[in-house]
Amino acid sequence: MANLTPELEKARVKILKIAESYGLDCFETIFELITYDQINQFAAYGGFPVRYPHWRFGMEYEQLSKSYEYGLSKIYEMVINTDPCYAYLMEGNRMVDQKLVMAHVYGHCDFFKNNQWFSPTNRKMMDAMANHATRIRRYIDRYGIETVENFIDSVLSLENLIDRYSPYIKKTTGKEEPERSKELSLLKVNRDYMDDYINPPDFVQFQREKKAQEAAKQAKFPSSPDRDILAFLMANAPLKNWQQDIISIIRDEAYYFAPQGMTKIMNEGWASYWHAKMMTQNIMNDSEVIDFADAHSGTMAMSPNGFNPYKVGIELFRDIEERWNKGQYGKEWNECDDIKAKNNWDRKLGQGRDKIFSVRRSYNDVTFIDEFLTEDFCIRNKMFVYKFNKRTGRYEVDTRDFPLIKKQLLFQLTNFGQPIIQVEDANFENRGELLLTHMYEGVEMQPDYMRETLKNLQMIWTRPVNLATVLDQQSKLIRFDGTEFKEFSLQEGPTPPAASSE
Amino acid sequence: MAIREDQNRFKDIIRGRIKENFKKYVTHGEMVGKRENDFVKIPVPSIDIPRFKYGAKQRGGVGQGQGQPGDPVDGQPSEEGAGEAGNQSGQHQIEVDISMDELADILGEELELPRIEPKGKPRQDALKNKYNGIAPVGPEGLRHFKNSYKRALRRYISSGTYTPDDPVIIPIRGDMRYRSFKVKNQPQANAVVIYMMDVSGSMGEEQKEIVRLESFWINTWLKKHYKGLETRFIIHDASAKEVDEKTFFSTSESGGTLISSAYKLCQQIVETDYPFNDWNIYPFHFSDGDNWSGEDTRLCMKLLREFFLPNVNMFGYGQVESKYGSGQFLKDLEREFPSEEQLVMSKIESRDKILDSIKDFLGKGK
Repeated sequence: MANLTPELEKARVKILKIAESYGLDCFETIFELITYDQINQFAAYGGFPVRYPHWRFGMEYEQLSKSYEYGLSKIYEMVINTDPCYAYLMEGNRMVDQKLVMAHVYGHCDFFKNNQWFSPTNRKMMDAMANHATRIRRYIDRYGIETVENFIDSVLSLENLIDRYSPYIKKTTGKEEPERSKELSLLKVNRDYMDDYINPPDFVQFQREKKAQEAAKQAKFPSSPDRDILAFLMANAPLKNWQQDIISIIRDEAYYFAPQGMTKIMNEGWASYWHAKMMTQNIMNDSEVIDFADAHSGTMAMSPNGFNPYKVGIELFRDIEERWNKGQYGKEWNECDDIKAKNNWDRKLGQGRDKIFSVRRSYNDVTFIDEFLTEDFCIRNKMFVYKFNKRTGRYEVDTRDFPLIKKQLLFQLTNFGQPIIQVEDANFENRGELLLTHMYEGVEMQPDYMRETLKNLQMIWTRPVNLATVLDQQSKLIRFDGTEFKEFSLQEGPTPPAASSE
Repeated sequence: MAIREDQNRFKDIIRGRIKENFKKYVTHGEMVGKRENDFVKIPVPSIDIPRFKYGAKQRGGVGQGQGQPGDPVDGQPSEEGAGEAGNQSGQHQIEVDISMDELADILGEELELPRIEPKGKPRQDALKNKYNGIAPVGPEGLRHFKNSYKRALRRYISSGTYTPDDPVIIPIRGDMRYRSFKVKNQPQANAVVIYMMDVSGSMGEEQKEIVRLESFWINTWLKKHYKGLETRFIIHDASAKEVDEKTFFSTSESGGTLISSAYKLCQQIVETDYPFNDWNIYPFHFSDGDNWSGEDTRLCMKLLREFFLPNVNMFGYGQVESKYGSGQFLKDLEREFPSEEQLVMSKIESRDKILDSIKDFLGKGK
């Protein structure tokens, strides 16, 4: 498979050796040299050579090819999280770029293999994707492209309704709750005349209410709210077999890509950290310095309105390494308020390298930012929060206050910056209607998108669907019954006490 | 390749061939966003699959860079949050920045427009002195101080006599450099575009927006072929007047429509400022097809036949669909000039049809 030129192969072997000498631990990585058109195609397919037929891949491809043709962007590297790892190099790139990409890719591979959030992903996804493609093609042959594609479109609109943390939770299975006795659990009384004293009336009343609540809970379905709405639909919506299968395909793929979204900053930061380190210290020759600096600074460029995960990631890793090398952590450091002492703080601990390796093993973006983003770091990197100003009709710098920056970042990263929605009741109002709740956290959903999504949900559920959310600062229940939308205002917030962040 | 099937499927959806109900998600935007320092943004069409998502305006985000609280953040923040699930591939933008010249090329390519052949008239070749060279000899008046100084400095440094503490540089004869000019033969094909628009009550905002977009594209294309392109603007209802570009697109009048008034004014402008022999002339007229009277229409036809058609490269008539317009004028033109090469007519039903109409106008290479 690997079709590298002898020159590239030599570079690859060298880079791999260097990577290993630093302690990177990768899956076997197969590099392939492909043309720009192929790389656009693979990128459109999310890095895979084969996907099921769908227009959105064509759209991606169209956009990638257009912007390549107009000379606006090109893809330097692509790597897939599989075992062995597949990575692509673009034909005709400069040698220094190819080396940079290889170093970068080994960083990603190490991350894929060792970061715990990737541990449940299917490392044979290449085969799984091809398998999905075959299945969907078969359905298209059998039921026609329109039918199948429309259904896929509807499911894609619900694609983000999965529970990203469920793969990491070991569920206890099979244990049915023991059937509760109908009788109240009162204390045992041997002598009738003592009854009123041992089980006073208010205690009896309390037990009675408790029983009633339990019964109500049991009658409710699902018994506790579920965020994996796709799985819930798969199991409970009136679907044909092929439809069920399509949901399972899209859900599998969504779960496969989820950890990459959960660790974007770390993953890119880690790979950039290593390409920079290896290129500058081991790989590059003198003639390549300028080209490397050009390419590297291009990837690290900050834009005022876009948050660059490469930049923030690499800087955070470097920051951690430096702090742990100098011992700038712990109680003593935190409580020190002498600026001069802080500036010259160096305990010569040399723990930096070990620390970043352990960070890459167990953190994801949310915990990474939560723990390692410091005020110093925000100031040095000129970070700020921007907001939309209704009065001027544009986005404006809002604040450079550290707690607010951190809060905004964490909010953006939690659940990929998407609303958290769970299925509350599948027999709402005892009419077989579906009730979803939006765990409102201060930001409302975009109403037109919400309505269209509800339509798609209704199409799959077939009975009317309801969504409890907040619109225009009022708690509302939106109901779609297949023909029209109705809005009801809710007395109190639709959400049970504000959702704790994940 | 399988991706071609997907691509074709996507293109078909964009063109509305399949899934009519999907078209509403197509974020065409307008083909021309802003014109900033001669760069325009072309949104590449894309379809958004509806999802539960936060309203962008409410969400805000984290950025990096200079600025005080209250300073605007340039551009639109990208829709994607920091953690959009996806591949590890490079970034791609939906909006692309592109220079006007490239834009014209892309336009020409996409619409398969032929190159314009300027009319076979004596070309105006202007001789121009261009001061763009440097020579070792010349009059003192044209001495290039910076260049001379640089050469002297270089000489000092390379001979090792330069001391930063006493940075005195004395140039010698050989250091001196002078500006020099070259005589350039500039072939010039001069062209003028005269836009006329009906601003009577029946032309609404949407119709004007369509005209604005059309004229932008026509200008882009013509500018590529004629270096010294001039534009003039005429608005008319029952009477016509010449205005500047801004007024042209922002004026709204009420009242009746006499198309001939605009044609007469146009004739006047051409006769005084743009002699036929030296100029390539492109009048474009946009209206919703209403004219007050048959008599006025006959007058228009006469002007077209006797004055415009024999003398201009092309006369473009674009009819914008509006709720109130009858669209009669186009029919009259078609009946009167069934096979007139110089007269190009195009019907623009909606924003989506703008490109087709540009192809009508410019597809003949006039």
